[in-house]
Amino acid sequence: MKTASVSMLLGSVLILGLFVFPMWNIRLGAPQYPEPLGIDIYINGLKGEAEFDIQNIDGLNHYIGMKILPKPEDMWEFTVFPMVIMGMSILGVLIAMVSLLKRISPNWFLFWFILMSILGALGLYDFNQWLIEYGTDLDPNAIMKLVNPDGTPMQYNPPLIGHKKLLNFDAYSYPRLGGIMLFVGMFFTLLAFWLGKRSLKTNL
Amino acid sequence: MKSTRIFIGAAIMLSFLFASCGNQGTNESSKSKGALVSSAAEKVYVAPGERDEQYAFLSGGYSGNLTVYGLPSGRLFKEIPVFSQFPTSGYGYSEETKPMLNTSFGFVPWDDLHHPDISQTKGELDGRWIFVNGNNTPRIARISLSTFETEEIMEIPNSAGNHSSSFITENTEYVVAGTRFSVPVPQRDMPISEYKSNFKGALTFIEVEPEHGHLDIKFQLLMPGFNYDLSHPGRDKSHGWFFFSTYNTEEANTLLEVNASQNDKDFIAAINWKKIEEYVNSGGGTKMPANYAHNVYDEATHSATSTMKKEVLVVNPSEVPGAIFLLPTPKSPHGCDVDPTGQYIIGSGKLSADLTVHSFDKMLDAIAGEKFDGEAYGIPILKFEDVMAGQVKSGGLGPLHTEFDGKGNAYTTFFISSEVVKWKLGTWEVIDRQPTFYSVGHLMIPGGNSRKPHGKYLVAMNKITKDRYLPTGPEMEHSAQIYDITGEKMELLYDFPTHGEPHYAAGCDADLIVQNSKKIYRLDENKHPYAINSPAEAKVVREGKEVHIYMSTIRSHFTPDNIEGVKVGDKVYFHITNHEQDFDVPHGFSIIGAGTSEILVMPGQTKTSLWEPEKVGVWPFYCTDFCSALHQEMQGYVRVSPASSDLEISWSLGD
Repeated sequence: MKTASVSMLLGSVLILGLFVFPMWNIRLGAPQYPEPLGIDIYINGLKGEAEFDIQNIDGLNHYIGMKILPKPEDMWEFTVFPMVIMGMSILGVLIAMVSLLKRISPNWFLFWFILMSILGALGLYDFNQWLIEYGTDLDPNAIMKLVNPDGTPMQYNPPLIGHKKLLNFDAYSYPRLGGIMLFVGMFFTLLAFWLGKRSLKTNL
Repeated sequence: MKSTRIFIGAAIMLSFLFASCGNQGTNESSKSKGALVSSAAEKVYVAPGERDEQYAFLSGGYSGNLTVYGLPSGRLFKEIPVFSQFPTSGYGYSEETKPMLNTSFGFVPWDDLHHPDISQTKGELDGRWIFVNGNNTPRIARISLSTFETEEIMEIPNSAGNHSSSFITENTEYVVAGTRFSVPVPQRDMPISEYKSNFKGALTFIEVEPEHGHLDIKFQLLMPGFNYDLSHPGRDKSHGWFFFSTYNTEEANTLLEVNASQNDKDFIAAINWKKIEEYVNSGGGTKMPANYAHNVYDEATHSATSTMKKEVLVVNPSEVPGAIFLLPTPKSPHGCDVDPTGQYIIGSGKLSADLTVHSFDKMLDAIAGEKFDGEAYGIPILKFEDVMAGQVKSGGLGPLHTEFDGKGNAYTTFFISSEVVKWKLGTWEVIDRQPTFYSVGHLMIPGGNSRKPHGKYLVAMNKITKDRYLPTGPEMEHSAQIYDITGEKMELLYDFPTHGEPHYAAGCDADLIVQNSKKIYRLDENKHPYAINSPAEAKVVREGKEVHIYMSTIRSHFTPDNIEGVKVGDKVYFHITNHEQDFDVPHGFSIIGAGTSEILVMPGQTKTSLWEPEKVGVWPFYCTDFCSALHQEMQGYVRVSPASSDLEISWSLGD
């Protein structure tokens, strides 16, 4: 049971990596951008991979009428997400501490994991909605108004995960270290549940 | 619930997969190429997308500029404007850069650029700056190797034909500029025939400030009226000395072709500059009135200023006994080259077949033993036999210049017999010889003029091209050859045309420079007095007859692009700030009828173009650089009214 508690503790602390490292990354490479432009998505805002990447992406996007990339104050998510993660981390640490002191049901670990998974899924859903909105809500006076072969306006939302071709750009969207730490942390809490269950069985 | 887990599990795997792909593909170019490696074509072939191993900076001679090539491909990367106006970028045409070409003779828009030398620390190339000399109106320039822009030009007073320049000491303490022509010092009205003993040859030691590289003349040595041809610093054991080759020790003032070729031996002058530096530091030397320009380009203001300096410290050789000696060297030596250990000084008697090698140790012994063979104007002449280490019986004719591979070998060009000869230091035996096409002047081994040559390739720069390339009428570019010098025998790899007349070159491994090469200028560091921080600050201001347009460029428009209220007879200054902060997105500017070149404005930079409209009308301007898909839309109009008009200044964009 002690191993399980430590695993729970480790898992809930690991997710704090989101405060230091980017959660997700979108990279845009093109023939004339051999060094791709990149956006690091942090839990509290966007940052260019290189210093002027955001400015340069905005500069390119103005041709197709996309809005400029949001500043932290432009999106409530950048305020709420840090609170959610901090709250979940504290909750997880509390559960782990209690279970170190006295025997509690491993279902607490599972409860935390499920809650985090729901919040995480909501977060991803919200992120995807933003990508779609950002890529489709275009200025009607845009310099370049491109249409798909079927005549519908072209959409420029980058993929949630994976690769997508956007005109001359190859867009790649993948989790970064902060996001990976979130997933690994969650895996540890699930492991805690499994270890807890097992130790209950052996003790019986 | 289950699906979330699967998703997260998949995401973890994906992310690890992604994270682990980062480092692949970096070793592609270094993979072994197998048995075919001996093919010359393969050795110089730099595949599309790959980059050269080394930089080569070739002097442009009478182009006044410096050219940057890659080795081994021989591809031209850039022409850096130094002493000549350069319409491609607006150098010498823009208001900011005109002061760079100011001299005591006024605005001089051209020079003859000869000898590039890369800055050194502890005798090894450090890749911070490159120094070059203007031969005609004596000047020394310093070029930054992070921006590849000329940052400073110092005019050299009392000098004429600034040829034995611009070589640096092994910690870049000094860049040295020696005069080719001796002249009256100070200049005065006197009969030319009274040259002998009245004319002087000034050797100038210019101090280089270690942090920013700023130049300041420390002292000028007023030597006898010989011609000072080339020079090199001592290094390692001979650090503290400088060696100058001389010709016309006959002190002829006419028909030098014959009259300066009479003495069997001329001299290499050995100068203990540390000793003279001490003398000067303790108050020695005479301050002499002078008038020379010092032009400095500031990266933050993107502007140059020119200051006239009014004084120079001169030292006569007789004031510092024991600091200057003359080493007899046969037949009008041209090259005066010091090997990587600092032990050998190689004199290339350009009218002879043989090379003379002097020994630094033997020179010190001869000086200590005071074994002199007379003197010239009070300067002791050492005995030839006492200082000579050996002679290279080359079998060639007309040796000019020697460089080194750092493995004990030397490589000398022979102008008359048109070849490069490889020989061994110490044994003086000839190892190999390869023809050049044709009449090679100088050669360059990257780092070959330092303690640690980056020896792999040798570039021979030829004076005569003739049939090497497709004909282009009577006037052609010069030709250069690249040789592989890694083996016992030199191997001719490639032949490529060079721009202007490369007299000399410097080169180094690419790593030394690549990391420091700037991509953009930062807008937040732009201190140009007419810069604007954003397009919103754009404005047009009339100050009497002057109109200042604070203009912004960003893809793909000028702000403002409609300007009215300009009148015939105005001086209109377009101060253009490029608000891009993206690599390789310059904007250009020119307006119809402008009596100047375009200006090419790099990201974050501000440049100014002056326009003096003479005709009433509505005149267009446009971006001269294909900046984007909407480059062709990047244009604007200036309305020019009669001088008598009272139309107020106004401007707009997008109204």
